[in-house]
Amino acid sequence: MNEQIIKKKIEVIDATKIFGKNSKKAAQLLKESASKKDILKATGATVGVNNATFDVYEGEIFVIMGLSGSGKSTLVRLLNRLIEPTLGRILLDGEDIVQMSKDQLREVRRKKIGMVFQNFALFPHKTIVENTEYGLEIQGVPKNERLEKAQESLKLVGLAGYEDQYPSQLSGGMQQRVGLARALANDPDILLMDEAFSALDPLIRKDMQNELLQLHHDMGKTIIFITHDLDEALRIGDRIALMKDGEIVQIGTPEEILMSPSNEYVERFVEDVDLSKVLTAGHIMKKADTLLIDRGPRVALRLMKQLGISSIYVVDKSNRLLGAVTAQDALKATESDKSLDKVLITNLPMVSADTVLTELFDVVSTAVVPVAVISEDQKLQGIIIRGALIGALSGDNQFINSDGIINSINQTTTEVI
Amino acid sequence: MDQLLPRLPFAEWIDHGIDWLVTTFGTLFDGIAELLAGIVEGSVDILDMVPSILLAVLFALLAWVISTRKIALFSLIGLLFIDYLGYWYPMLQMLALVLTSVFFAIAIGIPIGIWSSQKSGVRKIVNPILDLMQTMPAFVYLLPAIFFFNIGVVPGVVASVIFAMPPTIRLTMLGIQQVPKDLIEATEAFGSTTWQRLSKVQIPLAKPTMMAGVNQSIMLSLSMVVIASMVGAPGLGEEVYRSVTQLKTGQGFETGLSIVIVAIILDRITQHAGKNKKGGRLL
Repeated sequence: MNEQIIKKKIEVIDATKIFGKNSKKAAQLLKESASKKDILKATGATVGVNNATFDVYEGEIFVIMGLSGSGKSTLVRLLNRLIEPTLGRILLDGEDIVQMSKDQLREVRRKKIGMVFQNFALFPHKTIVENTEYGLEIQGVPKNERLEKAQESLKLVGLAGYEDQYPSQLSGGMQQRVGLARALANDPDILLMDEAFSALDPLIRKDMQNELLQLHHDMGKTIIFITHDLDEALRIGDRIALMKDGEIVQIGTPEEILMSPSNEYVERFVEDVDLSKVLTAGHIMKKADTLLIDRGPRVALRLMKQLGISSIYVVDKSNRLLGAVTAQDALKATESDKSLDKVLITNLPMVSADTVLTELFDVVSTAVVPVAVISEDQKLQGIIIRGALIGALSGDNQFINSDGIINSINQTTTEVI
Repeated sequence: MDQLLPRLPFAEWIDHGIDWLVTTFGTLFDGIAELLAGIVEGSVDILDMVPSILLAVLFALLAWVISTRKIALFSLIGLLFIDYLGYWYPMLQMLALVLTSVFFAIAIGIPIGIWSSQKSGVRKIVNPILDLMQTMPAFVYLLPAIFFFNIGVVPGVVASVIFAMPPTIRLTMLGIQQVPKDLIEATEAFGSTTWQRLSKVQIPLAKPTMMAGVNQSIMLSLSMVVIASMVGAPGLGEEVYRSVTQLKTGQGFETGLSIVIVAIILDRITQHAGKNKKGGRLL
């Protein structure tokens, strides 16, 4: 998230759901901080969600993650009151959903919150387009208008041309696209996605994640995504809430969860994460020592000697990367009195800051000079040295920059005279 | 034990209760009787206006449209066979009785089924009543029906309605409750009203199960025709009853076979009506 003025879209305050008859007594026990087990023993009631408090900001993808039985599916259903919360407040744009009348709630469900389900929940007796327009149909939108919107929405998920098929004629991945199209057709501000991709096979799941990110980028909806898959959470989440036994254990950005687990549970949860798929070039790059192009080879040599390195990157005044020069070439240039640009190596290994580590191995292993990390406009952002790559993979925080910003530990002096 | 516990006069209470109903609501029952008799006799008259061969062909066409060509062919041959045996008019009388009772069984049964699928409280009351309706020997309905409606076709219709209604109610309830929970959640999540959820998702998806219930109701109502003939309901049942009392085995078989033919036609047609022909796979 950027540091712009961030609007809270949803505020969940002390939301609690207790299943069972003795929910009042159980709530009392819960206030006295009895454990879930003791409450079950004493009252027969099950605590589904225990005092969940969090905010969801406008336009972010907020992932609620936990293993099965952790209460994540219950929690997301509290947000549109498919399950009535026992206690607590849930504010949507500042309005308390829990206090709403049935009619008001229906209006919110129709206009503001769309939902996508784990097993797609498509209506088997309706065609794809009829499924997609369902939300509009029940609002009484005229036939032509809703057909148009449904087709638009199907096009968005890449299913134009399938309008008259039935759900059973489509593959799982396509069915979930219909599920997504159906939710989008209403143009809601918020999308609730309950394990939306969990029933899909891994390759299709990855495609769907990418497409969701693309759609999110294009449409800017607030998405609340439930998953039990940490990799998925890390991939698509702007922020992640980790749940255990109905409680939220930690909320943070993927990096925060990975790098500073708040307790043992989170730590155990994240220990098996393949860091190479999560960390990016931005996380492990070091600030580069650079040389302006209009300096001579002698300056280059002196600088390399000072820093104890065998090659140096050459940039122009606006920090755009031009190439690199090795100590050997610089020495030759001084001997034959050539300028720097004559001995510049220009076919450098270059990557962007959001390249994940798995894609870096190949580049780094074959490169003779450190790999350059550049921005879209060719500006040099940093370099990657092999040691940092290996260090980061071992989970050593010393080699990892939080949020992809180079931190002070890794910084070296750079000013060139 | 017999001395310790006095025998409670349940039978007398019920007799008194029925007497009271007859005297208090006599006019109402007369009205109902007239209406039902009118419907049954009216439909017999209308059906009888059509020449038997034409009617058989019309039935065959109906069977063709709803189900398969094989069944259409069977209907045509079967009906013509009944005509050939000379039981055409009794067959029409029976058909009118069966269709009238099934019509009322459905008209009352489906709304009750839908209602009880929505409210567990209703379900708790309806279920034991259904058990009672289904297990109580059918003859027992006939007695009060005679008190309320005299003898003739009407008590037969009423007893058939009562006897035939439970499967429609039960299977309507079952069909609606069987709709997967996530589909219900989906309708709720998009902001459907209860009626929208029922009419756009639950009832269409429950239709095959509901039709199985209707099919069962038709079969049960057919099985009532012989019993109904004991209180004077006319039709094939009456013919069977007469053959039995007069020990005419051959005639009994002829009429019995005619009932079977009608039963098979109605069964196959309604079975197919429950299936979706559009190719979309239901649940």
